[in-house]
Amino acid sequence: MAYVQRKIEFVGTPDSNPETKPYWDGCAAGKFLLSRCTKCRKAHWYPRPICPFCFGDCEWVEASGKGKIYTFSVMTRAPTPYAIGYVTLEEGPSMMTNLVDCDLATLKIGQAVKLKFVPSEGGPPIPMFTPA
Amino acid sequence: MSLKGAGYIVGAYEHPTRKAPDKSVTLLHAECAKGALEDAGLTKDDVDGYFCAGDAPGLGPLSMVDYMNLKCRHVDSTDVGGSSYQVAVGHALESIAAGRCSIALITLAGRPRSEGMATGTAPRAGSPAQPEVQFEFPYGPATANMYAMCATRHMYQYGTTSEQLAWIKVAASHHAQHNPHAMLRDVVTVEDVVKSPMVASPLHRLDCCVISDGGGALIVTKPEIAKSLKRPLVKVIGVGEAPKHQAGGDIDLTYSAARWSGPPAWEMAGIKPSDIKYASIYDSFTITVLMQIEDLGFCEKGQGGKFVSDGNLISGVGKLPFNTDGGGLCSNHPANRGGITKIIEAVRQLRGEAHPAVQVKNCDLALAHGTGGSLGTRHCGSTVILERE
Repeated sequence: MAYVQRKIEFVGTPDSNPETKPYWDGCAAGKFLLSRCTKCRKAHWYPRPICPFCFGDCEWVEASGKGKIYTFSVMTRAPTPYAIGYVTLEEGPSMMTNLVDCDLATLKIGQAVKLKFVPSEGGPPIPMFTPA
Repeated sequence: MSLKGAGYIVGAYEHPTRKAPDKSVTLLHAECAKGALEDAGLTKDDVDGYFCAGDAPGLGPLSMVDYMNLKCRHVDSTDVGGSSYQVAVGHALESIAAGRCSIALITLAGRPRSEGMATGTAPRAGSPAQPEVQFEFPYGPATANMYAMCATRHMYQYGTTSEQLAWIKVAASHHAQHNPHAMLRDVVTVEDVVKSPMVASPLHRLDCCVISDGGGALIVTKPEIAKSLKRPLVKVIGVGEAPKHQAGGDIDLTYSAARWSGPPAWEMAGIKPSDIKYASIYDSFTITVLMQIEDLGFCEKGQGGKFVSDGNLISGVGKLPFNTDGGGLCSNHPANRGGITKIIEAVRQLRGEAHPAVQVKNCDLALAHGTGGSLGTRHCGSTVILERE
């Protein structure tokens, strides 16, 4: 089945969440950034400046963009069907994302995927994943 | 100090409406309050504690105690979605034990059906101040696909099948045929469920609960007052509550917060799952029921698919009669929150007031469990164990 990309609405709010601005600036520059703790060295998701594992200070690091599908669901009852999923990143954490640019019927848990930026309406491109 | 037996549920009322375009949410709350007080044999002036959650309009409980003109010493509006009402029973027990109130009123009401809400399939953005919104909403998290992701993973890890999930809907439909207020009264088969249109894979249309208007209310009071009333005695002997979240990205979607809310409730009650004669299990989707049954210890983890199959949840047929009013899957899901109706049907069973066709014989111990929020992201589990005295 040919893949059709649905429209992606940008709801980033750097005005009310100033600390996430570097993340969205990264997306605009084609870089997918993760927040990693300077103390315990663990990366987490979703990004925050205070480490959710040890309350240490975090820094932005560019992710490899490689991961594996932890789980997914194809939303059939939508104007344009899409696949939502959790991808476990090479750096450790699992993140909610979309699985794009592929036959949605062939997706499998454990499948290797790679980063693909998809344009949004009203904001920078959004990091998504496609089979590697 | 154990809260075991600190409170009794003396009033329970479920609004008969499933579609209320001509009524406000506040009026539905008040009608439920009136119904529960009449059921208990009490009046509004007896209430001195009020409990509600996010479905009540206004600033926490203030709009509601004003609207109903209640003279309360204590109010509480802990909002953990559809699990708030089991939590409210626990908090009412604490408040009664601490002397902050003696007659607690809990209400829920809402009208998503009249308001045309696509509860399960339309992603809702939420407030911009919610930290996760900007990192989740672009990916289209609706309610159905969040629960569906749990089902996909459960199937992968434990071999659970769509046919096994379907048995949960089949059991609910067997019960709903006897409930004149239920939205879906036709008995369905496993084949009907798995051949119904896919909503969010692997969940079909009939794996999902209904969208309904309505509400419910409960009255919880201290032992001395409960024993002075003319209703059968339903004692609260166990309560537990716990949140579960994404843990910084360390995600495991194969279990629910019931894994943590259950043990304190079992310990307080001093009983085990096999002692339970009737269970109300939150049923936003079939997968919700299956995971909670495992996590509450009714079967081994991963064996839920086998446990729910072959009518094991049907009253008079199986080992664990569940949701004998038809539950959210067939009867109603007022305000998109099914916690309170779970407790109400458990009270009916313990009083012997369930429909005769689904009434469990000698029903002396029952459980009502709620799940609020989203199983696929962050949610709360809340467990209440009740005993007929």
